[in-house]
Amino acid sequence: MTVVLVVVGAALGAPLRYLADRAVQARHDTVFPWGTLAVNVAGSALLGFLAALPAQGAAMALLGTGFCGALTTYSTFGYETMRLLEEGARFHAVANAVAGVVAGLGAAFCGAALAQAL
Amino acid sequence: MTDRPIDPDVDLHVPAQRAELHWPVLGAISAGGALGALARFGLQSALPAGPADFPWATFMINVSGCLLIGALMVVITEVRPAHRLVRPFLGVGVLGGYTTFSTYAVDVQRAVAAGAPLTGLVYLVATLAAALVAVTAGMWLARRLTRKRPVGAR
Repeated sequence: MTVVLVVVGAALGAPLRYLADRAVQARHDTVFPWGTLAVNVAGSALLGFLAALPAQGAAMALLGTGFCGALTTYSTFGYETMRLLEEGARFHAVANAVAGVVAGLGAAFCGAALAQAL
Repeated sequence: MTDRPIDPDVDLHVPAQRAELHWPVLGAISAGGALGALARFGLQSALPAGPADFPWATFMINVSGCLLIGALMVVITEVRPAHRLVRPFLGVGVLGGYTTFSTYAVDVQRAVAAGAPLTGLVYLVATLAAALVAVTAGMWLARRLTRKRPVGAR
């Protein structure tokens, strides 16, 4: 049962990452990968919130492991950072790595704090 | 800027990717994402970690996924053009669903909350460093393995 929930969550999360990334890029035409940053921050906030709730189990498998796991991505984040370096955009590469980690972590802490406040 | 994408999920600077928003692409991403997430779930279940432990499973998942995206993107952008569903299925779907940023961030937050901030910090930095090295290694390996030898060379 848990496996089915993970699959369903991921089958929704992965295409949502793609669509959100497209939507962000359509509005901000820059080389900085804002779309990936946006999905990673949103997914980290949601997972931080879920993981801090007392009730776990089915909701965590569907929304946490499945949805948030597939909505967010480390491979895209890592590849973009190295491609920016390869293109000579050193500032963008460092900014992407630092902003990704700081914003993702900040979002996870905010999500957890919100769950604890409820 | 070259015409190779920066964002491997989708880069609207690449004309073919601007025009690819169709159901088969979304279906390939969805199916690949489910498979990647299953692999991640399997590894995390096989190597469970408490909130104060170093999350080895997630670390290895993110680093191996970075190695693979580096290799995949070199193959499909530099070596030979791939079928239009290869990047959506393998890159956006399987590798995007396999690796995870949210678990990484929440693992760090939980380590801090569990009174193990040093473990969290080491994990935070080690994942980032290893992931970037892995992307580079994947790109290098793919370029090296697919390099064409000049005709007549031994």
